Amino acid sequence: MSTVTKTTNIAHDHDHGHHDQSEIKSFGFWVYLMTDLILFSTFFATFAVIGKNYAGGPGAKELFELPFLFIETMLLLVSSVTFGFAMIAMKQGKKQQMLSLLVVTGLLGAGFLGMELYEFVHMIGEGAGPDRSGFLSAFFTLVGFHGLHVTFGIVWLTVMFIQIVKMGFTTGVQSRLERLSLFWHFLDIVWVGVFTFVYLFGLI
Amino acid sequence: MQASSHIPHDVSYLDYKGKHKGLLAWILSTDHKRIALLYMFSMMTLFLVGVLLGLAMKLELIAPGKTIMGAQDYNAVFTVHGVIMIFMIVVPGLPAVFGNFLLPIMIGAKDVAFPKLNLFSWYVYIAGAILVIISVLFGDGSPDTGWTFYAPYSFKTGTNMLPAIFGAFVLGFSSILTGLNFIVTIHRLRAPGMSWTKMPLFPWTIYGTAWIQLLATPVVGITLVLVSLERIFGIGVFDPALGGDPILYQHLFWIYSHPAVYIMILPAMGAISEVIPTFSQKHIFGYKAIVASTLAIAFVGYFVWGHHMFTSGMSGTAQYTFSILTFLVAIPSAIKVFNWISTMYKGSISLETPFYWAASFIFVFMIGGLSGLVLGALATDVYVHDTAFVVAHFHFIVFGGVGFAFFAAIHYWFPKMFGRMYDTTWANVGWIVFFIGFLALYSPMFYLGLQGMPRRYYDYLEQFHAANILSTLGSWVMTFGLAIVLINLFRSAKSGPIAGANPWNGKTLEWTVPSPPPVENFEEIPVYGEKDGPYEY
Repeated sequence: MSTVTKTTNIAHDHDHGHHDQSEIKSFGFWVYLMTDLILFSTFFATFAVIGKNYAGGPGAKELFELPFLFIETMLLLVSSVTFGFAMIAMKQGKKQQMLSLLVVTGLLGAGFLGMELYEFVHMIGEGAGPDRSGFLSAFFTLVGFHGLHVTFGIVWLTVMFIQIVKMGFTTGVQSRLERLSLFWHFLDIVWVGVFTFVYLFGLI
Repeated sequence: MQASSHIPHDVSYLDYKGKHKGLLAWILSTDHKRIALLYMFSMMTLFLVGVLLGLAMKLELIAPGKTIMGAQDYNAVFTVHGVIMIFMIVVPGLPAVFGNFLLPIMIGAKDVAFPKLNLFSWYVYIAGAILVIISVLFGDGSPDTGWTFYAPYSFKTGTNMLPAIFGAFVLGFSSILTGLNFIVTIHRLRAPGMSWTKMPLFPWTIYGTAWIQLLATPVVGITLVLVSLERIFGIGVFDPALGGDPILYQHLFWIYSHPAVYIMILPAMGAISEVIPTFSQKHIFGYKAIVASTLAIAFVGYFVWGHHMFTSGMSGTAQYTFSILTFLVAIPSAIKVFNWISTMYKGSISLETPFYWAASFIFVFMIGGLSGLVLGALATDVYVHDTAFVVAHFHFIVFGGVGFAFFAAIHYWFPKMFGRMYDTTWANVGWIVFFIGFLALYSPMFYLGLQGMPRRYYDYLEQFHAANILSTLGSWVMTFGLAIVLINLFRSAKSGPIAGANPWNGKTLEWTVPSPPPVENFEEIPVYGEKDGPYEY
């Protein structure tokens, strides 16, 4: 390649190493979220096709109660707000405030998850389990998949809590927290979709 | 990218002594070049298993009635053949082997964006392969649904489906992670000055493929999880008895599996787009047209899945739409063929082995593509649906297209990968034997399909005998050619003459580094100037 003449020094590259690397990871995480969104959209599509096929079993109106769902939804939405405040605290370097906001976020997430599990157990107890009808299969897989994500989010949050305590706000910790916050808001947005298409449309 | 000044630049990636020794130095290495070879050897092993299963099928079909196996065994053999060949070889093949090895070098990077994730993808791949093998060796019989796992049979059959379905899901994840890695690599790690329009065509096609891997594979992943859940928990997404819908399965499956064809073929086209200019010693004709058609194929490829289901039951409007879109996707493919031919025109062509493979690629790909239009047209598709014609069509595309491109690529980049040259005479003999065997094996299937011989049957009517004998003989000739090709390459990797950095006078960046490349590829990251481009002869 005779035409490529100018060169740059690799050592020079390394000076920017840390900064570039967290930017690259953040970009990669956005790309990952796109994949995850397609995963969810497959469940949504499935629900759109067979979500009204009750096979003689209970339908949305018999199973869902709006006040319960409203509280459940608010828990997750508020957790997104507290996470937002936690990130602001991190940017200002307020470690204690950050940690307590993360605890609140985690507890709200756990509360959401607890209510979801209660709903699942309750439904299965009433004979409305995922093997009852196409509607319930699609419901349990979609909502359950979201629940798995929230579970993973809480585990990740716990790990990050420990890392902040032990390592403080290092570049790596901050960059991981930024990605966790993306993930957490992403779950929030997906839940808005679930709440609207599965619960609200079902109750209309 | 770890600090790495202690890695010497005069030691090739093959000779480098890192922390680990022996096998560990390979299976724990995050070097994209070693990972590429890990993929290559695992795929080669699985490929030989797939070839043996294919030979067994052809042997069964040498005469009507039962020859060496009955219906159930035949079902199992074509299922496992399909699962291995599709999910483990042709879908991941070119991206995982040549994408891994060459993408970073061709864009002037030291490695992919996430080297550890890259190694992890290989482990995920191996885990998926092991799951499929488990489903064959253990349980109540090998999977017998065909590689498509169509519901409701896939959750009703008593054979050991679960590990195979789950294995395909796991293999999909490997594919997604690889795609993610490549997208970030191409966006962020191109050499300074290498703008998008200066990037060589092979990375461009890897880029198109990576997006399909990323955005289509999740669909089949979830679909296979749902089938697994039907088998384990008896949920009813695809079970009509519970209000589920088996046709929904077909839609979801093909929403991935048709774009998957483009996952396979785009990097094949990319490899051909590298080989043709080098052996014509001429700038590629219509660089921008090739890039645009690559992206067009990747995009339009999402909207043609319904043509697999013309006979499954869909509205007339849907049928027309899918048929028209299928014709549309043929246009960018044809543009590429014109570009390759125009590149050769008035070039100084040197008839080396990679060029033979590339030229025969164009030939078989055109036959495969044109027969695809026969299947994309509604009236004819209903007639030849589920016949041997379909089998002939997709073997011309998937084996003729991807396979020939793979062999073109391995013969082109072999001196770069191993630093040694193969025996060109044997390589050419292997090619011609393989090519003749290929045509003898698959061409009769077009005829058989038009005459009405269904696919996936271990038995056939007496009138199909002669063509089937030709096909079986072809399978032996082709395997013989394959053996010549592979033995030649294996021998040469160890003992061939030293190749030098640029044996073909190629102009892309991989030819500027030593063969085999040093661990970090470049001593100094190249910088592209205003007037530099990938194909300046």
